[in-house]
Amino acid sequence: MREELKIDNDQATKEMLESEEYKYGFTTDVDQEIFPKGLNEDIVRKISAKKNEPKWLLDFRLNAYKRWLRMEDPDWAKLKIDKIDYNEMSYFASPKKAPDSLDDIDPEILETYDKLGIPLEEQKMLEGVAVDAVFDSVSLVTTFKDKLAELGIIFCSFSEAVKDHEALVKKYLGKVIPANDNYFAALNAAVFTDGSFVYVPKGVRCPMELSTYFRINAENTGQFERTLIIADEGSYVSYLEGCTAPKRSESQLHAACVELLAHDDATIKYSTIQNWYPGDKNGKGGIYNFVTKRGNCVGKNSRISWTQVETGSAITWKYPSCILTGDNSVGEFYSVALTNNWQQADTGTKMIHLGKNTKSTIVSKGISAGQGQNTYRGLVKVGENAKDARNYTQCDSILIGDKCGAHTFPYIEIKNPSAQLEHEATTSKVGEDQIFYCQQRGMNEEDALSLIVNGFCKEVFKELPFEFAVEAERLLSVSLEGSVG
Amino acid sequence: MLEIIDLHANIEDKEILKGLTLKINKGEVHSIMGPNGSGKSTLASILAGKEDYEITKGDILFNGESIMEMAPEERAQEGIFLAFQYPIEIPGVTNSYFLREALNSIRKSKGDKPLKPVEFVKIAKEKIKDLKMDESLLNRSLNEGFSGGEKKRNEILQMSILNPCMSILDETDSGLDIDALQIVANGVNANRGDDKSFLVITHYQRLLNYIVPDFVHVLVGGKIVKSGDKSLALELESKGYSWLEN
Ligand SMILES: Nc1ncnc2c1ncn2[C@@H]1O[C@H](COP(=O)(O)OP(=O)(O)O)[C@@H](O)[C@H]1O
Ligand SMILES: [Mg+2]
Repeated sequence: MREELKIDNDQATKEMLESEEYKYGFTTDVDQEIFPKGLNEDIVRKISAKKNEPKWLLDFRLNAYKRWLRMEDPDWAKLKIDKIDYNEMSYFASPKKAPDSLDDIDPEILETYDKLGIPLEEQKMLEGVAVDAVFDSVSLVTTFKDKLAELGIIFCSFSEAVKDHEALVKKYLGKVIPANDNYFAALNAAVFTDGSFVYVPKGVRCPMELSTYFRINAENTGQFERTLIIADEGSYVSYLEGCTAPKRSESQLHAACVELLAHDDATIKYSTIQNWYPGDKNGKGGIYNFVTKRGNCVGKNSRISWTQVETGSAITWKYPSCILTGDNSVGEFYSVALTNNWQQADTGTKMIHLGKNTKSTIVSKGISAGQGQNTYRGLVKVGENAKDARNYTQCDSILIGDKCGAHTFPYIEIKNPSAQLEHEATTSKVGEDQIFYCQQRGMNEEDALSLIVNGFCKEVFKELPFEFAVEAERLLSVSLEGSVG
Repeated sequence: MLEIIDLHANIEDKEILKGLTLKINKGEVHSIMGPNGSGKSTLASILAGKEDYEITKGDILFNGESIMEMAPEERAQEGIFLAFQYPIEIPGVTNSYFLREALNSIRKSKGDKPLKPVEFVKIAKEKIKDLKMDESLLNRSLNEGFSGGEKKRNEILQMSILNPCMSILDETDSGLDIDALQIVANGVNANRGDDKSFLVITHYQRLLNYIVPDFVHVLVGGKIVKSGDKSLALELESKGYSWLEN
């Protein structure tokens, strides 16, 4: 049954392949409120005031802002980046009418989400997927909230969480990623506007996929969302984020923070399909994506699993990481990163083994085409007390054409001699023989390439929730268009 | 159906085919035999449209029209199939998915509706049964970790599913034990018909006991040096090729 369903969806993938290049590049015309350009203490206060935040949260922001002013942007990544002028963008944009319910949402915006394939009206929604829709700086709506609340699960926008679940937010915010963790995390802590909040209580298995859909719409605006997910003892949750943005010739900044926390015996699966506008064929425009994602397996036997499919953005800088604090805890990182045309990605993970008998798995698949530059950067660290830690790392790169590049930087720090690490790395070119074989069977070159590359990514795609694996395959094919011939 | 006229082809400035002429009519089975390095696989690749070769002279007609300018997939869509001497592995892509993509590409080129997965699986399973192969082959990654024999049989499975009118088999019998050989031969014989032609490249006469050819040609040094009926294969078996080399 499952197999047939799978096959059916392969077909769906194929049918969706008709589209050309970046199809989410449109703009929605809505009446919106935008803060004036520029970043200063006053702006930070204004964001906080806009959201009626408690004093401790304003202090958290101001403290982060002060730290940020004294920090330097990181230059160790293998990325060529034009200097970002932080005073040339706005830090808050929101549709003017704040919706109280779905009926209040501007029809233009509803239509936008329909076009993006994320219908928000309950009757049209994907079965088994609850969605939090974030449009520029605000969360518009969270679906299935009541149904989840019956189980004690909190799934809402970050702003709502601050209002309705202040104690929880206060307890956990910034605990996994301190406000001064790095340049972009500090910036985010100062000016974050919205995002999602999830709390799954003890022993509850969340019955549906939770997902957040991030959409940048406003021009010259940065998006700084913050997500916090807490899985209490023995709970399970699977969460997915998707992202798109309009086509613009100017680059836009996206600097998010995601904090995950898993207590004893809890599991968090976090999947990302990142499809921000990548810029045009000549490298003009596109999103600068600087993201800090980290999970702490604080409880014993807990598990955090990151799966990411990164096909968009002009620049991607992100290292979803796991701190394996609890004994027997497990961290996983499955990644597909694709760079075509002039895209650059420096991405990977950190697995920090602190507890005994902790285990981590890293599977990274890098695809470079056009002039794309793709870097895997990963750290496996085993602390003094982490007896019998194990890591398996597999890092595969595939090159399409001869103007692109793939780079691998694995770092290892071992303080406990009982650690067992395995590392495998391969770099290959998409073989002409493989393409010819497919062509001989009747497929054109582009279909052949997409088939081969999707096969290359299979190990990662199978980690995605089923509905999204199909989307990921489709995205990959679209992103590869124009890279042969 | 297929007409090769005075074909000359180079690879890296070395002339491999030196004036090869061959005509295959509808429904005929031709066999090409010849020593290693005589250019058999080169011929097969050129017919399929591989670009590595420089054609310096000659023409290839398929159903009366030159296919020299056609892309490999167009030739495949027209019904030319090549069973590779060394089938290629594509990790992560199941045999079943690959074949359905292939079949649907061909159907699309003819304006037919693509087959739904369930429809495809039904056809594939029937063919697999006919060929006495193991169903699990469908769900394995394409040719990855297949034994030599499995790869060759899989080529025949692909042939029966794609249902081409001109099949070229490049040493599909090499490395097969007698049972596998019979399976392959049955696959070919089941696909034989008035409007289907075969070009069977082989080293060994024994395959031709099962697939009885209408014509046998000997390729030596990039040219067909002798043609005859199936008895020529027996003669080659006992005498070798050297008496034909000059
Ligand atoms: N890619 C290549 N580069 C250089 N020479 C080649 C290449 N492929 C084949 N050849 C040469 O062409 C000749 C014919 O090869 P092939 O067609 O494979 O012969 P056969 O299939 O009859 O054994 C051989 O001498 C072989 O070395
Ligand atoms: Mg050969």
